[in-house]
Amino acid sequence: MLGLSSAAAGFGVLILALILGYIVVHGIAFLNLDFLTQAAKPVGEAGGGMRNEILGTIILIVLASVFGLPVGLMAGIFLAEFASPRAASAVRFMADILAGVPSIVVGVFAYAIMVRPMHSYSALSAGVALAIIIVPIVARTAEESLRLVPNSMREAALALGITRWRAVVGVIIPGAITGIVTGIMLAIARIAGETAPLIFTALGSSFGFQGLLKPIGALPLQIFRYAMSPYPDWHQQAWAGAFVLIMLVLGISVLVRWISNRRRI
Amino acid sequence: MNAGGEPLLHFAAFEKLWGGLENVKHIEPETASPGRVRGWTSGRPQRFGDRIFSNLTLIFALVIVGILFGFVVILNIDAIPAISKFGLSFLGSSSWDPVKEQFGALPAIYGTLLSSLIGLVIAVPISLGAAIFLVEMAPSWLKGTASFLIEMLAAIPSVIIGLWGLFVLVPLVRSPVESWLGSKLGFLPLFQGPPFGVGFLAAGIILAIMVIPIITAVSRDAIRAVPDSQREAMMALGATPWETIRRAVLPYCRSGLVGAVILGLGRALGETMAITMVIGNSYALTASLFSPGATIASKIASEFSEATGGVFIGSLVELALVLFAVTLLINIVARLLIWRMTAVKAPIE
Repeated sequence: MLGLSSAAAGFGVLILALILGYIVVHGIAFLNLDFLTQAAKPVGEAGGGMRNEILGTIILIVLASVFGLPVGLMAGIFLAEFASPRAASAVRFMADILAGVPSIVVGVFAYAIMVRPMHSYSALSAGVALAIIIVPIVARTAEESLRLVPNSMREAALALGITRWRAVVGVIIPGAITGIVTGIMLAIARIAGETAPLIFTALGSSFGFQGLLKPIGALPLQIFRYAMSPYPDWHQQAWAGAFVLIMLVLGISVLVRWISNRRRI
Repeated sequence: MNAGGEPLLHFAAFEKLWGGLENVKHIEPETASPGRVRGWTSGRPQRFGDRIFSNLTLIFALVIVGILFGFVVILNIDAIPAISKFGLSFLGSSSWDPVKEQFGALPAIYGTLLSSLIGLVIAVPISLGAAIFLVEMAPSWLKGTASFLIEMLAAIPSVIIGLWGLFVLVPLVRSPVESWLGSKLGFLPLFQGPPFGVGFLAAGIILAIMVIPIITAVSRDAIRAVPDSQREAMMALGATPWETIRRAVLPYCRSGLVGAVILGLGRALGETMAITMVIGNSYALTASLFSPGATIASKIASEFSEATGGVFIGSLVELALVLFAVTLLINIVARLLIWRMTAVKAPIE
């Protein structure tokens, strides 16, 4: 029976190895410099790449961060520093619920509040959808990081006569900055791979960046479209795109792990 | 930290979904919150700047609450064309006709439940076994690495697992698995029909792959939270290691394990991209596991960008509302179970 347990754990690791292995093997085979620097070509034409989509993902990450990071960080500060216990547990509970909402429902919500009134798919609405996904992650990780700062620092700040908000901004947050930054990086790794909210907010675009109020392509979205298409050369591009995406996501996750291991005292 | 120094589950459950902060120590909110420490200003902030700043943070925290309420309100409003036309029969009808504007959710709901069930049936034994291995049996040099690897599986974006599923798993399911099952067990209605490859079986396997990391991580924390005194007492009575696990450890953390499974279920219900790519997108109620189908999420993802008209879009939004309500309920139940595990067990120690 205990041997079965080991086998089960081994199975989990095996699946990971299989998936990553296939992506690396297939992705590297079709990955070349053209892929990163050229725009998509029509079906049947050789070459072509996902430059616009990679750019699109970066733009969407920046947009989502601009909308979501302030809200998340300030909510985290509220939960850790200023909230009464009852308010804190209520808001914490709501943040956890928001974190559990399926990303497709978030996409539908963003469609309803942004795409419909604006009568256009846009990068902005996709940024809002991704920001909604980011906010609870950043809020909770910021809160936990701020809680880890020992109370002695707060007391020392008060003893020096610093006002409370100055103490938070100047003393507590820098003390928790590692945890906050790793939380932000994890959130970014999460939304880099999100596709479902983008399907009907960003829509995808055959052209490059046309402005925040126009549709925009993104890497996971393009992988999805290419994978579902019937063309083998598009399938190859999907594998290469998956390789780029997974390098990005796993790279951030491993970096986060390494940072939090290093800072562990 | 509770008395045993174990990570607390209420945040562990959350962080396992996104990984990475495992090495950071957890602190019991009741002991560390500055609001309760008398040294921090007791009561209201006094200075003008303090009041502005704390109100600012309050506003942003209320944004979170507002977003959640916004979900409820907006989804309901946009689903009105469908709700007013179909009423409750929407949940029981199987038609999906954009031309005649007849829509029904039943095959989507059935598909969601069936694929999640298959996924859990496959994933729960594997996750539980892996969690037991990671806590009880693994040598210390292996624990960290194996946990890290399993959590890396959770970090892989869903569309990539769908890509892998579509090009690697589906052919495997089509040729060896479904043909074998069809020939050997084809008398059961579960295994009848042509082996398409895409369908509920492939979708179930993909879902299992996606929820294994979550269930493993939360179960591992639940099992780790069992105090050593329980294990030592069993061993003093002469139990073998497996008997110790089965009779002392697992029953102790039962609610945590159930919470883990329910969290996994919540994730499985909302999974969109990987399922859309391997489930085949056919909208009919069939008993066979080989047949293609649809889940609520895959239906929304496939049709939303082409939907026109108030009733069509309203039906899709109503599907989203159903999914939202169900995942909301399941997440609340899961968190209550996991919190109860920590609240009940701490005083005993």
